[in-house]
Amino acid sequence: MKVQSKTDSYLRRNRSWHPKALSPSYKSSIYRSPQSKLLSFPATQSEETGPVFGHDLIGKLDNNLIHNSAKQGQSAIGSRIIVFGRLIDEYNRPIPNSLIEIWQANSGGRYRHMNETYLAALDPNFSGCGRTLTDENGNYEFSTIMPGPYPWPNGPNDWRPAHIHFSIFGDAFSQRLITQMYFEGDPLIQKCPIVSTLKSKIAVERLTGFLNMTKTVPMDSLAYKFDIVIRGNQQIFFENKPEGS
Amino acid sequence: MMDISDNFKESPSQTAGPYVHIGCTPNFIGIKDLFKGDLGSSMKFGPVKGEEITLKGTVFDGNGEPLKDAMIEIWQADSSGFYNSPKETRGRADPNFSGWGRCPVNLKTGLYKFDTVKPGRVPDREGILQAPHITVWIVARGINLGLHTRVYFPDEIKYNSSDPILTRIIESKRARTLLALKERKGLYKFDIHLQGSQETIFFDI
Repeated sequence: MKVQSKTDSYLRRNRSWHPKALSPSYKSSIYRSPQSKLLSFPATQSEETGPVFGHDLIGKLDNNLIHNSAKQGQSAIGSRIIVFGRLIDEYNRPIPNSLIEIWQANSGGRYRHMNETYLAALDPNFSGCGRTLTDENGNYEFSTIMPGPYPWPNGPNDWRPAHIHFSIFGDAFSQRLITQMYFEGDPLIQKCPIVSTLKSKIAVERLTGFLNMTKTVPMDSLAYKFDIVIRGNQQIFFENKPEGS
Repeated sequence: MMDISDNFKESPSQTAGPYVHIGCTPNFIGIKDLFKGDLGSSMKFGPVKGEEITLKGTVFDGNGEPLKDAMIEIWQADSSGFYNSPKETRGRADPNFSGWGRCPVNLKTGLYKFDTVKPGRVPDREGILQAPHITVWIVARGINLGLHTRVYFPDEIKYNSSDPILTRIIESKRARTLLALKERKGLYKFDIHLQGSQETIFFDI
């Protein structure tokens, strides 16, 4: 007997839109880029399901990087900003209840990490770590400080533009994505060897957070809007054989 | 200006960089005042069904050097072949098993390790049962787009020989890169090679 059922099916990744594995201007990619062809197959439940997280996971200050590592009555040093946006899929459908994790350098461009060697000072009230779940409409919001640019050992004088790292889950393991948000107008964007792993200007624009005066809080915080798109789910009907055949 | 359609392309990936721990496993690097434990550091919430196993290994670059700043996530079915996911319609997964693990590799040795269970078999889209496997996702500095692969088990010869994915791989020498090594009962080693003669098969799925 054949049974008709509905299954999730995600749009293929456009691998010329994403950075190529081997992008020699970003030197770390040279020995860390697979060289052989990738294996394609019709995705299964193993790729089309993924972990989900509950709202009980998220603490009150988890999305507030200004205060989540600050001592009582203190706050992180730097320009206060709100970073917000919507998580949608390629069919413009909101992705609700989805975990977003972020990390960033402090206002001086220094990360709180034991392998960090940059001489800029640590801020005792800032860890640079935050997380949230999208709401029922796919919206998310973080309060943080403007991260500083910093030098890094790649070329003789390479600097990263100010950026925030984003980790996104969606609801299928094949949607899993890590990316970075840059800030509108930063002159370092076009000089960055990591940004230039992207081959189109539009792709860079898609990773840019834009100043948004509507969301700005007067006398408090500027706001940057950064919408995130994950792979689209085209639910399809198909006929499957009974399990085990 | 962007084309409307460009607005709905997937957000392009960027490397996780060397400091992925700050956002994903803050406790691992000593940021302990924020979250209770690192997400995915334990896959079990209580007594679990099935055979408990350990999966460990190292990620190597094209020079044969272990990556010391990588992060690995795995996603797998429980011992009966059910996913702990709201999309699971075939049955109910073991409520004490999350199916999802996250492990930053050791900063000095590059070793990763998951305490998990041996997964059961999961049907593919045609309803054909696949061999037991664990889905793996790797990010690190120098990796521009997270890499997907799978771990299969060397002691599942019968199921492996009819697995719809493994049997797609024509170069049998490369198919071996998806098989863990069994070091002893319950302990499997799965090394990942990003480049070179032993390059792991990565997926475009």
